[in-house]
Amino acid sequence: MITYLEAIRLAQQKALATDPRVFLYGQDIGNFGGAFKATKNLAAEFPGRVLDAPLSEDAIVGMAIGAAIEGARPIVEMQFADFSTCGLNQIVNHAGTLFYRTGVPCPIVVRLPSGGTSGGGPFHSQSLEAIYAHWPGLVVVTPATVEDAYTMLLEAVALDDPVVFCEHKFLYYHLKAESLPETSLPIGKARIARTGRDATVVTHGAMLHESLAAASELAEDGYQLEIVDLRSIKPLDTDTVLASVARTGRLLVVSEEWPWGGVSAEVVSRVTTEGFGLLDAAPMRVNAKDTPVPYHPDLWSVHRPTASTIAAAARRLLDL
Amino acid sequence: MSKTIAPVTESDYLKAYRVMLLSRVLEEKLASLYRAGMIKGGVFLGRGQEALSTATGIHLRKGDIFAPLIRDQAGRLAFGDTVLDTLRTYLGSQLGSMRGRDGNIHRGRPREGYYAMISHLGAMVPAVAGGLLARRLRGESGVVGATCLGDGGTSTGAFHEGLNAAAVDKLPLVVVVANNQYAYSTPNSRQYACADLLDKAAGYGVAGHKADGTDLLDCLQTLRKAVQSAREGGGPQLVVASLLRLVGHGEHDDFSYLDKNLKKTAVGADCLLVAEKYIVDQEWKTTEDLTEWRREAEQEVNTTADRVRREPSPDAEEDDWAALSRSEYREQFAAV
Repeated sequence: MITYLEAIRLAQQKALATDPRVFLYGQDIGNFGGAFKATKNLAAEFPGRVLDAPLSEDAIVGMAIGAAIEGARPIVEMQFADFSTCGLNQIVNHAGTLFYRTGVPCPIVVRLPSGGTSGGGPFHSQSLEAIYAHWPGLVVVTPATVEDAYTMLLEAVALDDPVVFCEHKFLYYHLKAESLPETSLPIGKARIARTGRDATVVTHGAMLHESLAAASELAEDGYQLEIVDLRSIKPLDTDTVLASVARTGRLLVVSEEWPWGGVSAEVVSRVTTEGFGLLDAAPMRVNAKDTPVPYHPDLWSVHRPTASTIAAAARRLLDL
Repeated sequence: MSKTIAPVTESDYLKAYRVMLLSRVLEEKLASLYRAGMIKGGVFLGRGQEALSTATGIHLRKGDIFAPLIRDQAGRLAFGDTVLDTLRTYLGSQLGSMRGRDGNIHRGRPREGYYAMISHLGAMVPAVAGGLLARRLRGESGVVGATCLGDGGTSTGAFHEGLNAAAVDKLPLVVVVANNQYAYSTPNSRQYACADLLDKAAGYGVAGHKADGTDLLDCLQTLRKAVQSAREGGGPQLVVASLLRLVGHGEHDDFSYLDKNLKKTAVGADCLLVAEKYIVDQEWKTTEDLTEWRREAEQEVNTTADRVRREPSPDAEEDDWAALSRSEYREQFAAV
């Protein structure tokens, strides 16, 4: 069985093996194999192309940008998504503006081990996809399955544009697949992860699995939730979302991010401005609480959306 | 490792002087156009920094990487930028390299190794280092990358991170610091507490070079040595030159904060006048020859400005408004 984490490692291995322009740069990713072992054995297999970086997120991203200008395809690892804010300036002001300003694209992939895990705490748990999507010039993806982790990372490396690759740490070990696909939906297309007629749940990342569990719970009562996995945050597949809402008439958006200005706010905004007439009820959102992510498991499990809070919200949406 | 450094010849000096002169004349024109309200955006001049900037650009070759900063008009010209593209960018011509999407000092042609700076100081240090790393991974050697910044830029995290990372990988990076005494209005006394910015070189484990930024000969000799050391595998080089910015931060700035006494100190000399005196004293050229060179520079600048003023501005209707190269990814915002 292949884990989500192993899929990320295998995608990087394949990128290194098939494209001489690819190299990896990040903290502890060399012989140590990375804080999560997402680059295990790659330094030995590809000598000189998997490089340890100093503890300098700005320099890591800045160097990737310069390398990309010179035709390379760097994949850089932020040890945790939370630390990418130390490289924020290079990501949003340099990588994100380069093509528009100069006509020269910036093919870098910035890997962000994202999202909460039990005991992670305020600085090792963040979901930052919305802030990166806010700035122009970046592609932001959030694979929620082992298959997507693999194919979307390979697709990200092949893109000429900068990609913020939000891989979810909660899925690293316990999400498994029999094999890896050769083809998949492209970046920019959402996927209907479960069909249903009563309400649409739009979600991404680890919340896909909480939402699927909530759907199973409601199915026992005879209600069918349709689950849309966004896969990519920017571009955002509004068409698939609207088509689902057209079938169900009800919208619940579930996101592990903080609520203010997040992906859920964007989805609700798009559906209400572009598909107001499709709605039979006011849209609802379930997000993490608007506090730093707490460390204690008893607090954390309440801070983030879970199958039970999602199911409860869905019942309210369905007037049950 | 270190081979002998070739001496700066009369011909080298005069070539560099003419770049300085062209830059000075071009910037005088930019200031005049600014006062006439013809410039789109701001004007930021490098008056007093031409010797250092020229010395940096002139020692780079085609195939090298150069990320100049705000006061490097002279270095840009030395590296291959043109009067035409400078004026196109300042005057907002659609034909300029930035097509109206960015202006003035932010111009560049990254594909030609001429990186386009972002305003966030220090950010170009790791970018050039990364460009050099990619060249190394591709098997190229003998390439040098240079970037410039001021005393204020040395206080940024990006400067520190970039120089440190470049030192770890021993990349052929030359960081040229123009210590021009002020970061906008902030004097050095509020910028750093070390005795000399050059002290920082030891902290990063890189070679340090001190230059008199008012003296073209010293700048040429110092940059020649620094660039050659980087090219020959000596790792990053930090050059710190003392000089005085002879104008405000931008043309909008009245420079009221200038300590007038600085003009009387060693840093206060005008590098262009120093170079002219040197040329005449050496009897390489007469004052009349230099006046003729200035006239030629003025003619080139004025003719080009007249031409650029007739060029079209960017057309908002024609801009594709695409921040991503992949057109399929362009978001359609119905609510706009």
